[in-house]
Amino acid sequence: MMVLEVRNLTSGYGETDILQDVSMKLDENEIVSIIGPNGAGKSTLLKTIFGILKPRQGFVRLQDEEITGLSPDRIVRKGMSYVPQVDNVFPSLTIQENLEMGAFVRTDDYRDRLQEMYDLFPLLKDRRNQKVGNLSGGQRQMVAMGRALMLDPKVLLLDEPSASLAPMLVEMIFEKIVDINKTGVAIVVVEQNARETLKISNRGCVLSMGRKVFEDTGKAILENEEVGKLYLGG
Amino acid sequence: MPELIVYGIVLGSIIALGAIGLTLVYGILRFANFAHGDLLTTGAYIALFLVTGLFPWLGIPDTTFGSLSFGWRMALAFPIAMVCVAMASILFDRILYRPLRKKRSGPVIMAMSALGASFIIRMIVLILWGADSLFYRPGVLRPAIELPLEIKIRPDQILILLTVLSLVVILYLFLQRTKMGKAMRATADNIELARVSGIDTERVIIWTWGIGGALAAAGGVLYGIDVQLHPYMGWNFLLPLFAATILGGIGNMYGALIGGLIMGVAQQVSTAYLLPTYKPAIAFIVMILILLFRPRGIFGGRRA
Repeated sequence: MMVLEVRNLTSGYGETDILQDVSMKLDENEIVSIIGPNGAGKSTLLKTIFGILKPRQGFVRLQDEEITGLSPDRIVRKGMSYVPQVDNVFPSLTIQENLEMGAFVRTDDYRDRLQEMYDLFPLLKDRRNQKVGNLSGGQRQMVAMGRALMLDPKVLLLDEPSASLAPMLVEMIFEKIVDINKTGVAIVVVEQNARETLKISNRGCVLSMGRKVFEDTGKAILENEEVGKLYLGG
Repeated sequence: MPELIVYGIVLGSIIALGAIGLTLVYGILRFANFAHGDLLTTGAYIALFLVTGLFPWLGIPDTTFGSLSFGWRMALAFPIAMVCVAMASILFDRILYRPLRKKRSGPVIMAMSALGASFIIRMIVLILWGADSLFYRPGVLRPAIELPLEIKIRPDQILILLTVLSLVVILYLFLQRTKMGKAMRATADNIELARVSGIDTERVIIWTWGIGGALAAAGGVLYGIDVQLHPYMGWNFLLPLFAATILGGIGNMYGALIGGLIMGVAQQVSTAYLLPTYKPAIAFIVMILILLFRPRGIFGGRRA
């Protein structure tokens, strides 16, 4: 079943269109990766899906409900969360407070969810009263993902979760993404680290110059020599 | 000298109340509110209207508590003034700053409109109450209590310190323990991420103005009790308020508190050597000296 549908999306900053006529879909329990060179419009696509940028054309549908043009704080209530690439934590708040902020719109008792997050990221539990500003990059990324998961979303959007992490941590973050996916969250992940991402993805979309130029299963893209040469760096 | 330090702490605690509000608003809206000093004035004069106008008319008796210079009238006027100024600051945000924010006006335009707002407030006070200094209770000063080290302190001043202390503790608990308090800190950290997390940042902004306004009103009334009321009292506080805010690290509430105390003490102690007219200059010399060594303020924070 389809949980997210993007159709003919065109958007950008100011007068220029960064993203042109991009369509994609995400099924339940799927991981779809968006790959492509710098400036291809990958982050712009995520920002437009999440309502941070208003599309000039096209629509976004979440679980059969059109959410095009809604603001992020409305979209987050409808079951989709977003982790920005940078500045994705509240540095002066503790780990626990960061997670609580992710649950801001919840009025019920969310202690169970908090516990689930600490089960998913055991490293965070012992440090839950530490300020996030003092954590390492990998730990911050876990806090950022935990924050986004507090509302128990159906869809999670991740913008370059492995950017600026040490190789060992990259592997760990990808494992976490698979773990999150196993709990029933469909994921769209934008990545520079294309090969690693495709390995864990059901499908991949290749973006170039703001257009979708290729789409296939993760495995097929990895085996496609031409795509490999053009977009995955040989 | 010890006496001047104690007076400095009293003055500093009043500056701190204003500076905390200023730093909260700056932290969230990145906006230097030049009208913040005049919120102190507004609070002080609202309390004056209640104490000398409305309450006598309502027949609330003119008592005094023990050896303090005020009684029930002021005890009632104080919280009412805080609520009124809180609402006034929220109103100012709605009709002035919010529309400008929506238009994405630059920091200079925002600061200039705040400056305009400050003139409007001051002129209204001048029209209604005139340009003279006024007192909540004219008459002789209450006898001072003698403390060791030849410190003479009035009972009013002790109560001022206790009031500031309890307001700061309440604010601390609010920011650390309540959902809205945490959301305020989160929004000050990163307003974009707060929106993305579903935090209602408009409500956070309303709370921020409300708290900033209420604390400013408290500062104004306390200064009125300690010294006197004057239409320019808040305006004259503006420079030490900003100095205290920058000194403590912009956006850092605890820094503003310490910054305010340092400003108060530095200003009062300077009167032992210099004419009181130089007080504001002293505030700035201290600020510049500290910033030379700690460019982000004593406790860090955003760049000024």
